[in-house]
Amino acid sequence: MNIHIRNISKSFGAFKALDRVSLDVPAGGLLALLGPSGSGKTTLLRIIAGLESPDEGVIEEDGQDVTERHARQREVGFVFQHYALFRHMSVFENIAFGLRVRKVANAVIHEKVNELLHLVRLDGLGQRKPSQLSGGQRQRVALARALAIRPKILLLDEPFGALDAKVRVELRQWLRRLHDEIGMTSVFVTHDQEEAFELADEVVVMNHGKIEQRGTPDDVFDHPATPFVMDFLGNVNVFHGRVENGRAFWHGIPIDYPDYPHAQAREACVYLRPHELDLVRANDRAAGTNGSGQRSLLANVVRLTRNGAVIRVACQPHNSIGELHVDIPADAARDLSLNPGEQVSITPRKARVFVPDLEYVI
Amino acid sequence: MKPSTRHPATTPTPIAAALVAAAVAIIGLVIVVPLVSVFYEAFAEGAAAWWAALAHDPDTRHAIWLSLTVAPVAVVINTVFGVAAAWLVARFRFPGRSLLISFFDVPFSVSPVVAGLALVLIFGRQGLLGPTLAWLDWKVIFSWPGLVLATTFVTLPLVVRELIPVMESIGPDEELAAVSLGANGWQVFTRITLPNIRWALLHGIVLANARAMGEFGAVYVVSGHIAGATDTMPLRVEKLFQEYRTPASMAVASVLAGLALVTLVAKFIIERRLESESRDLEVARSIDETTGLEAARS
Repeated sequence: MNIHIRNISKSFGAFKALDRVSLDVPAGGLLALLGPSGSGKTTLLRIIAGLESPDEGVIEEDGQDVTERHARQREVGFVFQHYALFRHMSVFENIAFGLRVRKVANAVIHEKVNELLHLVRLDGLGQRKPSQLSGGQRQRVALARALAIRPKILLLDEPFGALDAKVRVELRQWLRRLHDEIGMTSVFVTHDQEEAFELADEVVVMNHGKIEQRGTPDDVFDHPATPFVMDFLGNVNVFHGRVENGRAFWHGIPIDYPDYPHAQAREACVYLRPHELDLVRANDRAAGTNGSGQRSLLANVVRLTRNGAVIRVACQPHNSIGELHVDIPADAARDLSLNPGEQVSITPRKARVFVPDLEYVI
Repeated sequence: MKPSTRHPATTPTPIAAALVAAAVAIIGLVIVVPLVSVFYEAFAEGAAAWWAALAHDPDTRHAIWLSLTVAPVAVVINTVFGVAAAWLVARFRFPGRSLLISFFDVPFSVSPVVAGLALVLIFGRQGLLGPTLAWLDWKVIFSWPGLVLATTFVTLPLVVRELIPVMESIGPDEELAAVSLGANGWQVFTRITLPNIRWALLHGIVLANARAMGEFGAVYVVSGHIAGATDTMPLRVEKLFQEYRTPASMAVASVLAGLALVTLVAKFIIERRLESESRDLEVARSIDETTGLEAARS
């Protein structure tokens, strides 16, 4: 089932949680709503579920207006952030709940619940109470409970937020496979970009109740539409500079920016991702400190930190007070054997420029 | 009482021992000795005299009957109000919410006598609603409804106060989950909300019942203290005592004290039974399920 969201707004008192948001979710898609807390992503999810009603706007499912339809009739499976399992019921009864309130025959319930227990790999744990399960198991019970009513849409609110890192990765991959198997239209909310990128077909980045960008993980990462997206996707060096005649300058290094061909200089932000910077020892290469042809920047190494498969080098450019982070592969770092205090030369392979309020200039 | 038996490894320090001794002394002096003396006085002339004082005095019989009918009605009103009010306060945010919560406590801070007088001022013959009630030919003050009103008033906070923190700590998510799974309001209430608050609710009901049985001040004012008509057990105790019929007075007092003890025991037994019931239910379900599983396999 596809979902069309048109100009949805929602306020809580003076706080505007959603500001005229429009979004299409294609049938069978797996969509991530990604954003910081307070960006409105959970509110949007709850509105799709009917647990919250919008102040304005329309929600359509397969062309039918369901805005006024009660959550009870939405046929939506909702997995809550902290699972919201019925604490006084067994796992079996939790999963059976949606069928019991529909007055499904006992034999059918047993068959279906056991099938679901098998699907979420909890065979034999039906008689446990939720309090006797681990976090990952509770999460799967919540999922089985939501799936039991054969929903047309599956909504998950921070599905892996309360789990430890290893379980999180496993469950993520499992959920992706499950989605591919059952092909149900699914939307999940997360503040973790890694989670969004690994799991979703498409990512919707939200901020301050608006959608900043929507696209495939590759799209969003490689072509961030706004400074916020660039910033939120993480680990980025931000510098304030100026742009003129189709070029921005970062510590004197020119960066092409053909979108601004005007002669009048403007404030601009330069974004550099740590893994898109090259770093060499300064005396290995004649540093281009001279004049216009400059392509690299001299800096002192401040500290080195291990960050998974890469080494993050924190550098202090000579003519700046801000730190610059450069990621280099661990083996390359071992070959370099850098030490804090050493002088390095940094060259950007790729940089992005954002001019605030550009749309009003052009 | 004896921490050393519970934690054999820890020997109480002198301060702890002194505190325990003080606690035991205070409980003994304030609770145990008076309670025992009530029973001692009640049975001083033998069980036959005790029984005669209770059963052969029509006014006393009526007082016992009145208490046993007024208190449950007040408790039922309290339960319905308490669940509804706690749900309102725990699930919704609205202007005046904290003011409303403070109002729940008014019966605790107002002297019961003042509460009784207030009821007389409203429902009495010269009261605010007096003419209306006279026209309808309803008698509230000096009558059964007045007793229920007064008892309800003084016990009002007990259930709602017990439920608000429990409902707030449980949060609305389970109820929302039930709604999204297709449950209607009544199903959500009976299958999710009520089982989640049952212990707190039971506790509130037991407390409210004990308080309702023992209420004196507010009931004294609204009842008019009419023997054989509006005297509840506590009022009867006082009247008999004033009439220098101490053994009869103590006999009724012993029934009240006994009721309190029965309440405590009932609470204990109900909790135990509910627990074992839920265990039985689980066993039954697991048997059910294994047979279901086999049926599915074959």
